Amino acid sequence: MRKPGQDRLGIVLVGLSGVAVCVALGMVFFYAPREAAMGEVQRIFYFHVASAWVGFFAFFITFLAGIGYLARGERRWDILALSSVEIGLTFITMTVITGALWAKPAWGTYWTWEPRLTISAVQLLIYVAYGMLRAAIDSPERKARFAAVYGIVAFVTVPLSWFAIRWWRTIHPDILTSGGGMATTPKMTQTLMVSLAAFTLLYVTLLRQRIRLERAADALARLRLRADRIGK
Amino acid sequence: MGFVRKVWAIVAKDVAAELHTREMISAMLVFSVLALFIFSFALDLRGAMARAAAPGVLWATVAFAGTLGLSRSLAREQQTGCIDGLLLAPLDRSAIFFGKAIGNLIFMAVVEIVLLPLFSALFDTPLLQSGVLIVVALGTVGYAAVGTLLAAIAVNTRAREVMLPVLLLPLAIPALIAAVQATGGLVDGATWAEVGGWVRLLVVYDMVIVAVSMLTFGYVVEE
Repeated sequence: MRKPGQDRLGIVLVGLSGVAVCVALGMVFFYAPREAAMGEVQRIFYFHVASAWVGFFAFFITFLAGIGYLARGERRWDILALSSVEIGLTFITMTVITGALWAKPAWGTYWTWEPRLTISAVQLLIYVAYGMLRAAIDSPERKARFAAVYGIVAFVTVPLSWFAIRWWRTIHPDILTSGGGMATTPKMTQTLMVSLAAFTLLYVTLLRQRIRLERAADALARLRLRADRIGK
Repeated sequence: MGFVRKVWAIVAKDVAAELHTREMISAMLVFSVLALFIFSFALDLRGAMARAAAPGVLWATVAFAGTLGLSRSLAREQQTGCIDGLLLAPLDRSAIFFGKAIGNLIFMAVVEIVLLPLFSALFDTPLLQSGVLIVVALGTVGYAAVGTLLAAIAVNTRAREVMLPVLLLPLAIPALIAAVQATGGLVDGATWAEVGGWVRLLVVYDMVIVAVSMLTFGYVVEE
């Protein structure tokens, strides 16, 4: 096993995602124009959308990793699923918080049942449950198996939830959000694209670090077991 | 023995066990009536307000009562060691899934058959119409299917019964929204075509959920 200091790719990834997030920040504040209707507060939109994208993408990776685990039964698929869920939860929490912060000045209330915000909050609840499920099982093999099943069933309900929540809001038209459309300019679209790329890179970096951490924990557990045997 | 007869044997076993003890259905029924009263007190449901709230209260009650029955149904398999017998028997895992899910569906249906007239009377709402009955059936199928899968997971965790609602309710959100909207529409005198979108969503939910639960159930019960 290599020492952490030798992880060249890891260092490169951390550097790259750091630069990318700084560039995105710079573009959000200095490149993107001031939105006409909502003013400065609209600038939260770029990171709000980017963290939502990473959140949903992370849960999709967990879904795929769940299928991988059930098909192969290998520990690495479980590590991928677990790592991706933790990062996805962080980003989806950011989405919900930035959404609420944006809603207050834009619509005068912290929470509107805006469909995209609502489905993000539903995802947050689902994957908190996923974490609780993992925490409530002792056997590592069973934990991985149950978590894989839950990750799969949970993800297939996402499109169904989306349609249900969207139609629900269309049937009860929300006056607050109906005027929320934005006039986008090319500069805004470019800023959004850079933010999305920066956050995706950040996701890959964090995912890689989290997987390494879990592998290190596994290695440590094996070493402890060996040390115990030698001790006896 | 054909697939259907194997499934039926498991259903018959669950029904016989329930007729013997009556613990699941009686707990679900008493809980449902209590929930009905609690909702009425909490929301001060009278007159027009009661009629407007009836579909939501009905589905919330069914969802919560369902978690009671579902966790009991799988916990009973576990405690009696019956699940080990089922796994040893020359049965497809999907036959066990359908057997348990259909059993749970029957128990929930019995509770609903009692609840619907009670709701109609107490909330002065026309719930006993064919459209509403179809919506109730469709909503319950998906809920019982995913509930059976997740209850099999929950009984094998340290938290047991506490785990099931946490796992199940967020996944049931699309079915609950569609069922409440369709029921509410029909009660307000909407035609079948007007609530068609919601009914189709329920049908799609049922198909997707039954398929995924059937495919993954084997991984949950294997040791």
